[in-house]
Amino acid sequence: MRKFKEFLIEKLILICGLASIFFVVLIFLFLLKEGLAVFKTVSPAKFLLGSKWYPISEPPQLGILPLILGSLLVTLGAAVISIPIGVASAIYIAEVAPLKLKEILKAGIELLAAIPSVVLGFIGMVTLVPWVKNIFHLPTGLTALSGSIMLAFMAMPTIVSIAEDALYSIPKSYKEGALALGATRWQAIWRVMLPAASSGILAAVMLGLGRVIGETMAVMMITGNAAVIPHSILQPTRTLTATIAAEMGEAVVGSEHYFALFAIGIVLFVISFGINVTADIFLHKRKW
Amino acid sequence: MVSSKKTEKIAFFLLFLATLLIVVPVGLIVVIIIKKGIGAISWQFLSDIPRQGMRAGGILPAIVGTIYLVLGALIFALPIGLLAAIYLSEYAKDNYLTRIIKLAIVNLAGVPSVVYGLFGLAIFVVFFKFGTSILSGSLTLGIMILPVIITTSREALESVPYSFREASLSLGASKWQTIRHIVLPNAIPGILTGAILGIGRAAGETAPILFTVAAFYLPQMPKSIFDQAMALPYHLYVISTQVPNVDEKIRYGTALVLLFLVLFMNLIAIIIRYQFRKQKKW
Repeated sequence: MRKFKEFLIEKLILICGLASIFFVVLIFLFLLKEGLAVFKTVSPAKFLLGSKWYPISEPPQLGILPLILGSLLVTLGAAVISIPIGVASAIYIAEVAPLKLKEILKAGIELLAAIPSVVLGFIGMVTLVPWVKNIFHLPTGLTALSGSIMLAFMAMPTIVSIAEDALYSIPKSYKEGALALGATRWQAIWRVMLPAASSGILAAVMLGLGRVIGETMAVMMITGNAAVIPHSILQPTRTLTATIAAEMGEAVVGSEHYFALFAIGIVLFVISFGINVTADIFLHKRKW
Repeated sequence: MVSSKKTEKIAFFLLFLATLLIVVPVGLIVVIIIKKGIGAISWQFLSDIPRQGMRAGGILPAIVGTIYLVLGALIFALPIGLLAAIYLSEYAKDNYLTRIIKLAIVNLAGVPSVVYGLFGLAIFVVFFKFGTSILSGSLTLGIMILPVIITTSREALESVPYSFREASLSLGASKWQTIRHIVLPNAIPGILTGAILGIGRAAGETAPILFTVAAFYLPQMPKSIFDQAMALPYHLYVISTQVPNVDEKIRYGTALVLLFLVLFMNLIAIIIRYQFRKQKKW
């Protein structure tokens, strides 16, 4: 009897162990189930490269190029801000900061990671947006630039903590070897530690940007939501994620619009899957 | 030629500056929300329903809705996550299947939150016909926090020394008895940390509940798990973007309650972790 009970429990454990795979596949299947229907009315090429997104006009025009470019623009802006600052601060925390300060800084960065995105979006609306408006003398501060700055903040905790791990996991002998040869601490960091940690830092950057592409609420609240092809970072723009969040409430279940929003979901899922798998490969590449 | 000592000084100063650029705004954000929000917090604000189209009154239904959602998510995710962690730490061999499971967990953690919302809408609301309800939202949030719970629980289980297991097995206990009576009790603080971090994450997310539970304005308490409900993060979104002329104070107050809830959860997790490290028997 006890044997049988244990047999059951161990099978249950195995099933739960496989649950993650099950859920990833399930998410993908349900996105496909609802999203692929859109390709009955619009070809995949027209969907991805069409430059007009008017989902409720008659007939609906379902080209997501403006949204893809919006996402890219905001992400690029966030990357330019968050990568140098994030990596620099990872180096500072891992190698330079004294122990006590290190703990405080790490707590501060964990705090940032914990703040809900809707709260950051709200704070962005009331502080950042008016600043951007006044500094650049714009009709509205709800621009791609505001979104990029806010998103840079949301990417930084990921970049800092993973890059710091990567620096930390380099064998101590690397640094000691460099110092023993007469290098300064900075030379050891710049010439030895950074190249040795490069694949981990690359993974950190990728995962940080993955978070940026998938971010929804803050972006929707401060980028201005104009679904047109952006020409400047000082214009309102709209991302893939914000489009889903803003329009799904009004889309009728089973309509073209509904299918198209799910198809955008497929695009986002594929992007995040690609990023995570590649980052995982980089993280498992160890040279020592 | 600049001396290498001088270069080092400049470089370290720049690194320090970059770190300040992250940490100072974080501090500012928290201080601004506390300073401007604290004035709105009163017993009435926390215990009353929203009135006059959310321009007055309190936020109780949103608080209650969030608590229901979070508890629902935890009831679903904790057992599955814990058993999955037990599988990974106690049973899994170092093979291809394990690598795929780990990759799946990483991917699950990386799926954009709005895609979880789509998934929840397609499977729970439409396919299983639960409708926009607390049940649909809880299940969606539950799947979303699964990676957090699995990862932290697994770390906790793996930190129990191997000698504990060997001692138990050598006394004739079975593998499951060893896990149940030796490994699990020693890993409880770590598992608790994971559960609390999961709660904090679920409480703050908006996108997954947009189409699965959230009611724009529903000034009453949910009566069953098949009801729609208000939720704090969605309420903050609504009053800051969708409803004109809401008093700043109410917005900041709502943001403060949400921030407090999430940071409080994280603080508890940190304290448990700290206490546990201090008392570690090995």
